[in-house]
Amino acid sequence: METPMIEVQHLTKRYGQHVALDAVSFSVGRGEVVGFLGPNGAGKSTTMRILTTFMAATSGTVRVGGDCVFENPMRVRKRLGYMPENNPLPPDLRVGDYLKFRARLKSLANGEGAKRVNVVIEQCGIADVAGRFIGQLSRGYRQRVGMADALLAKPELIVLDEPTAGLDPNQVRSVRKLIRGLAGEHTMLISSHILSEIEMSCDRAVILHQGRLLASGALDVLMAKTNTAVVSEVRAPLADVKAWGEKLALGQAECVEQPDGYVRCRFANATSADAREKIFGSVQERGWPLRELTRQVPSLEDLFVNLTRGKEDGK
Amino acid sequence: MSVFRALVRRELSAFFQGPTGFIIIAAVLFLIGLGFVVVLTGLNGHATPMPVTQVFYGTYFFWLILLLIAPIITMRSFAMERASGTYESLMTAPVGDWEVVLSKFTGALVFYAILWIPLLVCSLVVRLYVGESAVLGPGPMFTSALGILLIGSLYMSMGCFASALTRNQAVAAVSSFAMGAALFFTGFFSYFTGDRSDWISQLARHVSLANHMESFSRGVVDLEATVFFISLTALFLYFTHKVVESRRWK
Repeated sequence: METPMIEVQHLTKRYGQHVALDAVSFSVGRGEVVGFLGPNGAGKSTTMRILTTFMAATSGTVRVGGDCVFENPMRVRKRLGYMPENNPLPPDLRVGDYLKFRARLKSLANGEGAKRVNVVIEQCGIADVAGRFIGQLSRGYRQRVGMADALLAKPELIVLDEPTAGLDPNQVRSVRKLIRGLAGEHTMLISSHILSEIEMSCDRAVILHQGRLLASGALDVLMAKTNTAVVSEVRAPLADVKAWGEKLALGQAECVEQPDGYVRCRFANATSADAREKIFGSVQERGWPLRELTRQVPSLEDLFVNLTRGKEDGK
Repeated sequence: MSVFRALVRRELSAFFQGPTGFIIIAAVLFLIGLGFVVVLTGLNGHATPMPVTQVFYGTYFFWLILLLIAPIITMRSFAMERASGTYESLMTAPVGDWEVVLSKFTGALVFYAILWIPLLVCSLVVRLYVGESAVLGPGPMFTSALGILLIGSLYMSMGCFASALTRNQAVAAVSSFAMGAALFFTGFFSYFTGDRSDWISQLARHVSLANHMESFSRGVVDLEATVFFISLTALFLYFTHKVVESRRWK
């Protein structure tokens, strides 16, 4: 069997009395793009810091590419491209000089290093700021410099801690595009506290909550466990719509009359795949004008509520 | 090795990318110049049995520069990287803990050595006008430089250690100043104990930095002093390494 890229077993980290990570186990296969999901303080950054050999665990083992992070940190670091939380960079260096410095630290030979620097500058779209001081760059550009550094040595594993935090929507989009472009060649672990972020760029998610592993698996499987709401707006008398909503049997239907004669109807538990089809069909049968039919994507909170509830029910 | 070189170059460039390095150089230049003027006017054209280099240690300027400037040179080495977070990307790159410690120490020491170049210029000027090679011969000049470098490496390693302990540069500067001053004044104590042979006065004589520097300024490479400086430097570098390593067993 091929060794997984990341193998975390019973990882525990205590800061004095505070338990930051409590017996977390998960693994990431080679070539996978895995989202590391959890609210702030869930233990994502702590796990990443242990994974990248920056910190030691209190107990448990972590292997990257088969090498233990505690016993063989150098071999792990050589496999690794890491962008820490908040992407710290020295403000007093120019972008190009910083990347050249990092290339030397990563033991790239001079010619090879210069070539790689040019490649990652191109790849991350920072060619126009290569001569500027990092301290003068916008957050979006800085984020891309951090990613360029992570990519420099063509690492097997790329670990990005909140790559889209604090960016505006345009910058988020460009970072996301960059991540998707890298997905084929590298194993990636990306943390975020925004579900849609992970949904858009990852195949799988590992979900942490208060230092414990809540769930891990393919995103669509996890999402299927949550209640998906569907909203439709039709023009019909309120009483008729209410009756119709109950007949459809898609969970509880909340109907609210809008000022312009339309009724907004929210089906709280329209989880089945054909829910929207069903609604559309029956609206057409009745001949009601329909101006909206949307699936409401569950938020991370919804997912958490459902996953934690599921766990408690199981006990 | 090229990793080490890249790290040292980065340390040095940090001084000169901003105004920090130039401000330190300007301050030291002023103090050296002032010290030299004080020494020359003190001599007032009279001949002195002591080499001029030794007279310079006798003034407070040398010690003022050493005690005040050393903490300022080393305070940023670890503390700033910790505060800004770049420490994390540095320590997760394939770079050994020793490489990081030694490169920070070397960077600080090289910068410290650059600071003393004006003193060399001053000495050459005096030599040109005095013409007597005995006063400022190549021997005392060389051993003085060696002494300055050795005592500097002790203070740089002490400063690196203080900086590794904290993420606050001010705390790093104050604690390395406290250590440096404590060491200096312990040695000062030997002036009061005189020739007594009890263990306290022996210890005071042994750690007296002024005594150690005196032999260097006379053109003598004092083996005891050399061992003293090198072993203490090694000790503080070892402590620094332990602090850097400690993040992996805390």
